[in-house]
Amino acid sequence: MNGAAHVAVRDFALDYGTGSQRMAAVQDLSLEVKPGEFVSLIGPSGCGKSTVLNALAGFMQPTRGLVQVDGAEIRGPSPDRGMVFQQYSLFPWMTVRQNVEFGLKMKGIGATERQRTARTLLSLAGVLAFENRYPDALSGGMKQRVGIVRALATGPRVLLMDEPFGALDSQTRAIMQSILLELWEASRISVLFVTHDIDEAIFLSDRIYVMTARPGRIKAELAVPLERPRTPDLAGSAGFLQLRSQLRELIREESLKAMGHEVGAVPADQRFGQDLAAVAPP
Amino acid sequence: MHGTLGNLPAVTAALAPQRARRAVPWATLRMLALGLASIALFLLAWHLLTTHRVVAHVRFTNVPTPQAVLARAALAFRDPQFQMNLLISCRRIGSGFLLATALGVPLGMLMGRWRLVREAVLPALELLRPIPAIAWVPISIMLWPTNEESIVFITFLGSFFPILLNTLLGMQGVDPILVRAARCLGAREAALFREIYLPAVLPQVFTGLAVGMGVAWVSLIAAEMIAGQYGIGYFTWEAYSLVSYADIVLGMACIGALGLLSSALVRLAARLAMPWNRAA
Repeated sequence: MNGAAHVAVRDFALDYGTGSQRMAAVQDLSLEVKPGEFVSLIGPSGCGKSTVLNALAGFMQPTRGLVQVDGAEIRGPSPDRGMVFQQYSLFPWMTVRQNVEFGLKMKGIGATERQRTARTLLSLAGVLAFENRYPDALSGGMKQRVGIVRALATGPRVLLMDEPFGALDSQTRAIMQSILLELWEASRISVLFVTHDIDEAIFLSDRIYVMTARPGRIKAELAVPLERPRTPDLAGSAGFLQLRSQLRELIREESLKAMGHEVGAVPADQRFGQDLAAVAPP
Repeated sequence: MHGTLGNLPAVTAALAPQRARRAVPWATLRMLALGLASIALFLLAWHLLTTHRVVAHVRFTNVPTPQAVLARAALAFRDPQFQMNLLISCRRIGSGFLLATALGVPLGMLMGRWRLVREAVLPALELLRPIPAIAWVPISIMLWPTNEESIVFITFLGSFFPILLNTLLGMQGVDPILVRAARCLGAREAALFREIYLPAVLPQVFTGLAVGMGVAWVSLIAAEMIAGQYGIGYFTWEAYSLVSYADIVLGMACIGALGLLSSALVRLAARLAMPWNRAA
């Protein structure tokens, strides 16, 4: 591992579409991730969280503003910035280990060293027993563990995570969060974690950014002063509960705003079903 | 044809000891029994219709009996001339089909990857595609200096379009998340093609190969009948001209068997090339 990077997004804006269809997804957004920091980005569905992450990954160019890693503008995807997707993204034609070795192979690293790195990481994530299986044979949680391991294998300086546990049931999700923290403690690289799950954001992060409804901006920034290493029983502590109610209130406001905005401004047949589902529980 | 029939009891025998101890696989037994009965019934009908030279609008007067065909087959398979006919047809299928694969798969992938290539190439191909390969026979004879080349060209044309279009279709179905994941891991264009697009498109490629193999045989036999010297299609047509009726049916049976064999080869290749694919 070659250290952790400093991520900076300044006055970032990104528009979708052209002409009269043009729509601002994100506007005047600024955030940073300090080297070695675990930062979450949370907000109502459709607020542009993933847009920010995609720009950092190098898949999208900002319409305005700066997207930098260690002061250098991002020009395209790079193994320096590992990405974990919400959808399962393992290559079905490669075994678990071949998946993990892929990034190293692209770097031109020899087979023996590739195998050693892959096996070490797989065993840290508890999936070494499945190294020779195809992804098809794995459960959702295992697939995502392999996905994280694959992103870490190239020794990235930042890890970008786009709701990686969104498709998992709550039991598996809790286990995955602990595994992620263990893996992160071992490498201490910078992480930007996108989620809409409040508990998840608190449990994992050093700092949490809350986004507004579309067009997305930063609404609030909260430090998470809970000590590490964190265990699941943390969820009952006073500090955790206080942060949770604070975050709930912030996100509820935005979800209602998003809904009101949609109901008022968009014809019924153009509304996104997922946005309606995003209204926070009472 | 005969070979396939002969194998069936052997298959049943091989399955029997393993299966007998578990719950009786009635469905499997029934399927095998009905399958054998169906084939036996067909042979019986053929036998009766031809030995009694039935004429009921359709005329079986000159159609050879199964026994006559079997007797001819026993002789023909020892005849070097007949063996050469089979060999030459296989060689033509092989060259035409491999050529179509070697051109169709890469072209389909390039067209799927770059819109510009697709927009430049597809219109011309769409213009030619509806013309059946058989309709190319006269022009093909004029185009190519040797008869052999023109027949291989017809076979190539028959399989080229299904292979190309299925590859193109497969490219459009490649999951963009996999491409993004690969790019995040440092894959550049060449690596994307080799490591992502090619394996991702393989299931569709093999669908194209299976269809292409079928059309290749249709085109080959037609071309051999019209323009051939040698080849199993030529043999079958010549048998008609020479009034050796048993040879006509022998030719047909060989064409069927070779078609079956080549389809099986494509399926085998698919299984070997895609060990991760349970459906293959």
